[in-house]
Amino acid sequence: MRKISLANLDALFAAIAAEETLYLPQDTEKGAVYAEWCEGATLSNALNTVRSPKDFFFPQTENLMDFKVEGKSIEIIDTRKECEDFVIFGVRACDVRSFEVLDRVFLSEPVDTYYKNRRDHGVIISMACTRPAETCFCQTFGIDAAAPEGDIVCHKTEDTLYLDAKTEKGETLLARLSALTEECDTSAVEAQQALIRERMAKLPLANLSASDFGADKTMEFFNRPEWKELSQSCLGCGTCTFVCPTCQCYDIKDFDTGHGIKRFRCWDSCMYSEFTRMAHGNNRLTQVERFRQRFMHKLVYYPTNNDGLFSCVGCGRCLAKCPINMNIVKVMKTLGGKDNG
Amino acid sequence: MQEITRNALVEKASALLADGTVGRVLAWKRGEFDYDVTPAVFQTAEELARDLVWNDFCGANFSKYLIKETEKSDEKVLVFLKPCDTYSFNQLLTEHRFNREKVYVIGVPCAGMLDVEKVKKSAEGIASITEDSDKIVIETLFDGALTLDRASLLAERCINCKSKKHTAYDELLGEDGEVLDSARFDEVAAIEAMTPDERFAFWQNELSRCIRCNACRNVCPACTCEKCVFDNPASGLENKAASDSFEEKMFHIIRAFHVVGRCTDCGECSRVCPQQIPLHLLNRKFIKDIDNFYGEYQAGAEVGSRAPIVDYTTEDLEPNEAVERGDDNA
Ligand code: SF4
Ligand code: SF4
Ligand code: SF4
Ligand code: SF4
Repeated sequence: MRKISLANLDALFAAIAAEETLYLPQDTEKGAVYAEWCEGATLSNALNTVRSPKDFFFPQTENLMDFKVEGKSIEIIDTRKECEDFVIFGVRACDVRSFEVLDRVFLSEPVDTYYKNRRDHGVIISMACTRPAETCFCQTFGIDAAAPEGDIVCHKTEDTLYLDAKTEKGETLLARLSALTEECDTSAVEAQQALIRERMAKLPLANLSASDFGADKTMEFFNRPEWKELSQSCLGCGTCTFVCPTCQCYDIKDFDTGHGIKRFRCWDSCMYSEFTRMAHGNNRLTQVERFRQRFMHKLVYYPTNNDGLFSCVGCGRCLAKCPINMNIVKVMKTLGGKDNG
Repeated sequence: MQEITRNALVEKASALLADGTVGRVLAWKRGEFDYDVTPAVFQTAEELARDLVWNDFCGANFSKYLIKETEKSDEKVLVFLKPCDTYSFNQLLTEHRFNREKVYVIGVPCAGMLDVEKVKKSAEGIASITEDSDKIVIETLFDGALTLDRASLLAERCINCKSKKHTAYDELLGEDGEVLDSARFDEVAAIEAMTPDERFAFWQNELSRCIRCNACRNVCPACTCEKCVFDNPASGLENKAASDSFEEKMFHIIRAFHVVGRCTDCGECSRVCPQQIPLHLLNRKFIKDIDNFYGEYQAGAEVGSRAPIVDYTTEDLEPNEAVERGDDNA
C-alpha cells in the first residue's frame, strides 16, 4: 500500500494527467459531475456524481458508422476513434460493480468492440465511502463500500490518501507515481474500514434484503398483482434508467443525410412506449408492463442470465431522482416477502 | 409548516369514501424517507390512515393524473389540490381533458413546499426531517441535528408563488388566500438584460446538461398529447439520439412553444428535472411577453378562457410592433 499527503494531491493529479486523460468528480452548482482534470480543479467530496460513470464506457449517444451511397454502391465508413488511455478517479464501490454488470453484457460473445475499446483503455481508481447516504444500499447486493473493487483502491482520511493497486493496470500506474507516494502499512485503512462498516450497518436501508429475488424466479414475480399499484403514478419518463449506472438498453437509429446514412446508438429506456417496438407493434402496452420490465430485469432476468448477479448496485440514484419517488427499494419491499417485512 | 394537519385530510377523505361521494382518493403517500412522497390512489380509510401524508414535500400536482384516473370507473375521484394545482386543473378542463363531474376537489391551503435538492445541499445523510413553525430540523446520520430556516429551503416556485387562491374546488379546508404580486418575472428580466452571447451561453450551460429523460414533458399538465411528436416514429422528429448539440435545445424550444398560453407556471417541470435545469424560465418568458403584448393573462385562472395567442381581436398588436417591442425587451 502507498500513501500521499492530501496537500500533494494536485501533484498526484498532475502526474497522472501528464500521460493519461484524468477525470475527477468535481462540484458544480447543480451537483457533482465527472470532468477532465485541469490545473486548479478540485476533487468533489460528494458521495456520488449525478450522472453515473457508465458514460465513459457506454455513452448516451455514439456514431457507430456511416454509409455513403453512390449510385448502386454503398460504402461503409468506420467512424470509430481509437480511444486513448484515461483514468477515472474516485469511483464508488457501487459504480465499480456496475462496470462488471455492463461487462457481462457488452463483453460476452459477440463482443461489443466499441465498448471494449474504451474499457481496455480506462483505469479505474475507486474510493471508499466514509459518509454513505440514506439512499445507499450497496450492501444489499454484497458490495462493500469499505473495500471497493477497481484497478487502484483509495481511502481518503483527514490528511492522507492511501492507494492500493489491485490489478496489473493499477500496478503499472501506481509504479509510475512511486516518486510521489511512499510505502505504508494498512493500519489507517483498516481503522477507516471498521468505521465505514459500522456506519453502513446503521443506514436506514441496511436491512434491505434481495434474498427473495434472483435467478429463475420469473414465474414467482411476473404476475404479481402489486405491479399495478406500484406503477400507478409512474410518469414513464426515463429518469430512473438514465441515471442508473447499470441500465444498458440501447436503440440504433439511422439518419438519412440525403447522400448516405449516419448510424447512431443511443440509450433507450424500458419506461418508454417505443421501447422494443417491432413490426407487429409493441409487446408492453401499458406502463404496468414497462415498469415491471425494469425491475424484473434488475432483480430476476439479469441474475438468471448471469450466475445470480443482480443488476442493481444500490447506488441510490433512482431513489434520489425519480420525480414521483417510486423506486427499486419500494418494489423490493412490496414484493420481497419475508425478509423485507 | 402547513396550516392544515394531515389528520384533517385523512378524516375528510375517509368521510367522503364512507358516504359514497367518492370511490377513490388521489393523495400523497409516505415513503422511505421524510422527504420522499409518492402520488398514490387510496381506496380505503385504513390505507389513508396508514399512508397519507400532507407535509412540506407534497409538491406533486395531481391535475394531470385526473385524465387517467377519471377514465377508470364511474365513481368520483377525490383530489386534493394546492392553489397552484387548481390552475392546471382549470386549464385541463378548458381543454376538455377530463369530466369535471367525476372529480371532487378539496382545496388545501399551502404554506409553500420545500426543494428537496436544497435540503440535500444543506444536509448530508438525512435520517429525519421535522417541521417546527418557521424552522426545519434535520437529523443527520453523522453530523447530529441541524436547524435551518424554512424560508431558505423553499422551492423557487414557492418563493415566487403567484397565488394562494384556489381557482377551483368543491370544498375548501381552511381559509382561501389571495392572488399575489410575485417577483416571478425578475429572473426573466435578468436574462433579457443579457447580451445575446451571454444569453446563449446561459442556456447552453443549462440545456447541455439535459439527459432527455422527458420527465419535464411527462409531468407537465399542459403536455397531454396522446402521442408526443418526439415519441412518434412517423413524425420525423422522434429521436432518442442527440446527434448534435442542438437537439436538446430544439426539444425544449418546441415544447415551450407548444405550451404557450396554456402553461400555468405550476413549476412541475423544474421540480422534476434530475439535472436541475430551470425550465420554468422558458415558459415564464412567454407569459411575460403575452402579458406585455396583449394584456395580462393567466392560464387556468378560470375555465374556458381563450389565451390571447389563439384569440384574435382588432386591438391585437401588429407583428412588426411586437418585433420592435420584443427588441426593446431583448
Ligand atoms: S419510476 Fe420514476 S423515474 Fe422511473 S419512469 Fe417512473 S416516474 Fe420516471
Ligand atoms: S436501479 Fe437505482 S439503485 Fe439500482 S443501480 Fe440503478 S439507479 Fe442505482
Ligand atoms: S451505495 Fe455504497 S458504494 Fe455506492 S455510494 Fe453508497 S455507500 Fe458508497
Ligand atoms: S427533465 Fe430535465 S433532463 Fe429530463 S428531459 Fe427535461 S430538461 Fe432534460
